[in-house]
Amino acid sequence: MSIIKTEENSNQDQNPRITWEGCSVLLDINDGDRVLFARLTTGSKIKIGNKNCSLQSLIGCPFGSSFQVEDGKEGPVLSRVLQSTEGTNLQIMEESRDNRRLVDNNSAQSLTGEDIDEMRRKGASGDEIVKALIANSATFEKKTAFSQEKYLLKKQKKYAPRVLLRRPFARSICEAYFKKHAEKIGFLRVDTLSLLLSFANVSAYSDVLVVDMLDGIITGAVAERLGGTGYVCNTHCGVAPYPINIVRMFNFNNDICQRIVHSSVSELHSSENGPSPSTDPLEDACNIRSQPNEQILSPSAQHAVSMEENEDGNMEIMTDVSASPKVVKGTKAGRKAPVEAIKIWKANGFSSLIIAAPNLDAWDTVKEVLPLLSYSASFAIYHQYLQPLATCMHNLQVEKMAIGLQISEPWLREYQVLPSRTHPLMQMSATGGYILSGTRISGSDQTQAK
Amino acid sequence: MQITSLRIDLKYLTMFPFDSAKKLSFSRCISDGDLVIVYEKHDNMKAVKVSESGILQNRFGVFKHSDWIGKPFGSKVFSNKGGFVYLLAPTAELWTLVLSHRTQILYVADISFVVMYLEIVPGCLVLESGTGSGSLTTSLARAIAPNGHVYTFDFHEQRADSARDDFERTGLSSLVTVGVRDIQGEGFPDEFLGRADSVFLDLPQPWLAIPSVSKMLKQDGVMCSFSPCIEQVQRSCETLRSDFTDIKTFEVLLHTYEVREGNLWSWQDNEGGSMSLKSCKKRQRSTNGLENASSLTIMAKRNGESRGHTGYLTFARLKCTV
Ligand SMILES: C[S@@+](CC[C@H](N)C(=O)[O-])C[C@H]1O[C@@H](n2cnc3c(N)ncnc32)[C@H](O)[C@@H]1O
Repeated sequence: MSIIKTEENSNQDQNPRITWEGCSVLLDINDGDRVLFARLTTGSKIKIGNKNCSLQSLIGCPFGSSFQVEDGKEGPVLSRVLQSTEGTNLQIMEESRDNRRLVDNNSAQSLTGEDIDEMRRKGASGDEIVKALIANSATFEKKTAFSQEKYLLKKQKKYAPRVLLRRPFARSICEAYFKKHAEKIGFLRVDTLSLLLSFANVSAYSDVLVVDMLDGIITGAVAERLGGTGYVCNTHCGVAPYPINIVRMFNFNNDICQRIVHSSVSELHSSENGPSPSTDPLEDACNIRSQPNEQILSPSAQHAVSMEENEDGNMEIMTDVSASPKVVKGTKAGRKAPVEAIKIWKANGFSSLIIAAPNLDAWDTVKEVLPLLSYSASFAIYHQYLQPLATCMHNLQVEKMAIGLQISEPWLREYQVLPSRTHPLMQMSATGGYILSGTRISGSDQTQAK
Repeated sequence: MQITSLRIDLKYLTMFPFDSAKKLSFSRCISDGDLVIVYEKHDNMKAVKVSESGILQNRFGVFKHSDWIGKPFGSKVFSNKGGFVYLLAPTAELWTLVLSHRTQILYVADISFVVMYLEIVPGCLVLESGTGSGSLTTSLARAIAPNGHVYTFDFHEQRADSARDDFERTGLSSLVTVGVRDIQGEGFPDEFLGRADSVFLDLPQPWLAIPSVSKMLKQDGVMCSFSPCIEQVQRSCETLRSDFTDIKTFEVLLHTYEVREGNLWSWQDNEGGSMSLKSCKKRQRSTNGLENASSLTIMAKRNGESRGHTGYLTFARLKCTV
C-alpha cells in the first residue's frame, strides 16, 4: 500500500490545496495559541489538552479547513467543522451596557468541575459544555457584548479547541517560528524575510547563493520562489554543510528538492574542477574559524526537527521524515552541488546572494562570497545588530565592490480593526533586524578612463 | 542533471531571467536593444534602451551607447569628459525607482510583504486592480514566473496602455495581461471564477470589489487590499467578514540608515573642548595617524527623511466551505 501512496505523492499534478498522506502541514490550534508542524500519516497523533488525537482524518481534506476534537470509537478523533459564511458575532456597533454592576467573585458560575466531568462522561460535546457554562453563568447577561465575546472565546478554546489546517509556506513557517522560537531563526521577522528575497532579486531561474545559518529558513524561502528552476546553493566554510531542517517543513516536490544544494566556499572558489585538495589554505582557515561558531550555534543546531512532544514550548515540531518510514521521499533536499552546476557558476557567477549568519562577521563573509556573484547581481545581508552591517557597508564602499548600498530596518505594526474599536495591537515586535542591500559592480575601473 | 529546459531566442534582456535562455543573458554583455539602468547615484537612476547610435547626456557629459555594447552589466562607463556612470541590469526593485509615476505607487516594503503574505509562488494565477503605474505588477510577475500569470485591470485606458508599453519594455508581456475594466462597478471577469490563487486591490473603494474577489479566489486563497485611509480599511473589513477569515491589517515601513566614518576624540586630549570635527581631521592628517588621540569610528544613524505612512495592508483568506 505504501508503494502506491508514494507514487501518488510524487505525482506533480496533485492538488496542492488538498492534503495527502505524507504531506507536511501546519496545525494552528485555537487561533494561534499553539502552532505545530506535523506530517500526516495514518499513525501520527497530536496531543490536544489531555487527548491524543489521530491525524488520519485530516488526510484528503482541503487546507483551510477546521477540526474539533470528538470522541470516536477508537479514542479521540478530529472531525471537520464547516465554517459558516455568516459573519461571526463581532458586528457589535454600539454598546449600550457597561460593566458598573458586574461583581467579580467566583460564585458567578454555578457549574462545578464535577458537573463538567459528568457531562463529558455522558458524551457531551465541547460546544454543549460551553453552552451549559453560559446558561449557568450569573453574570454573562450583564457583561458588555465585548466581554461576552471574550468569555465565549475563552471557554470555547478550553472545552472545544479548534484545529486549523494550514499550508506550510515561507510566510506561515516564519511566523510560527517567530512567535514561539524566534531565536532559532535568528529573530528573522516575516517582513524582513520578504525584503531579503526582494532585495536579492530572487526569481525563477536564478542561481541564488546563500549563507544560511538559520536552519534553512532562508534556503526554504528561496527554493519556494524558484519553484524547481535555478538553484539555491547554501555555501559553508569548512567541511560540514549547515543544517537546513526547516526545509523539510515545506511541501517541496522532487523538482524543488533537486534545486536545493550545498557546496563549501573553497570549492566554489577553486579554479580546477572537482573537489579541491584539503591542503587548500582557505579551507584550513575556515575549519579553524568554524569551530567556535559551531559552539555558539549548537543550541540551534541541536533543535533538529524531532518527534518529541514538548509541553512547555508551544511549538512542537513533528516532521522527522525518518521517524515515519511510510513516507518515502524521492529526493532529499540539500544534496551536494553537482559538478556541472559549479562549473556554470564559475563561468557566469551567481545571480543573487543572501547572507544570514548571526555569528559570522558580515564583512569577513562578504569579502569571501561577493566575488562569486556576477556583476550587477543583487545581494542582501541580514543581521539582528546594526553595527556589523554598518562596518560592512563602509568597507564595501571603500573597496568599491558594490553600489546602491543601503541599510534598512523594517518596521511592522498590526492593527485590530473592529467597528468603533480600531487600534494598533498592544503587542508589537520591537525589531525585525537590519538588512544591508546592494548591487555588485565590476571591480576594475578598466582602461578607458579619460 | 538537467540544467537548461526551455530555449527561446531573445532579442532583449528582460527584467529577470524567466527562462533559462534568459538566465544566460544575465551574465552576458550589453547589446543593442537592451534595457539598462543607468546609475549615477543611489537616488539618481534612469532606464535607458541601448541603441547603436544612441547617446546619453547628463551633468557628467556625453555617453555614447556604442561604448557600452559588449561590456558586462555592472560596468562603469565614461563620458567624453571623463565622468562616469554604472550600467545595471534591470530588476523589479530598480524599476520601481525609475518608472514614470502616472499614479501613486507601491514601494519595496509594501511590495515584498504583499508578495509573501499572498503566498505567491511560481505558477500562481494572480488578479490585480488597479494597475496604476505597474510598480507592484512587476514584482507580482517576478513571483509567478515562469509559468504563472498576472491579470491586472485599470479602468483608465491611457494608464492601461502605458503599463502595457512598460511591460513590453521590461520583457514581461508573456507574464502579464493588462485589461481595461471598472473593477468596482463590474468586478473581475467571469472567466476567472474560482481560478485565482491570490487577488490584490489598490482601489479607492475596495469594499465594492470584495464580493467579486470572493468569487474569483480558490478555496483558502488570499486577498490583500491596500488603502491609505483607516476609514477605507474599516469598511473593507466589515465587508470581508462574511466570506473571509484570518482578516489581518498591517502597516509596514522601512527606515534607512546613513553610515560614515568619523573621528571621535578622547575627552582628555580635546583641550578646550571646542574643536570641531573638521579641525580634528586636519590635525589627524598633519600627524599622519601617529600617536593619534582620535580614533576612527564607523557610525550609523537613521536617515532624517523617510516615509512616515504609505497605507494599510489588509489581508484575508477565503473561508473553506467545501
Ligand atoms: C494608486 S493606483 C495603483 C498603483 C499600483 N498599485 C502601483 O504600484 O503602481 C490606483 C489605480 O486604480 C485605478 N482605479 C481606480 N478606480 C478603479 C476602478 N473602479 N476600476 C479599475 N481601476 C480603478 C486608477 O486608475 C489608478 O490607476
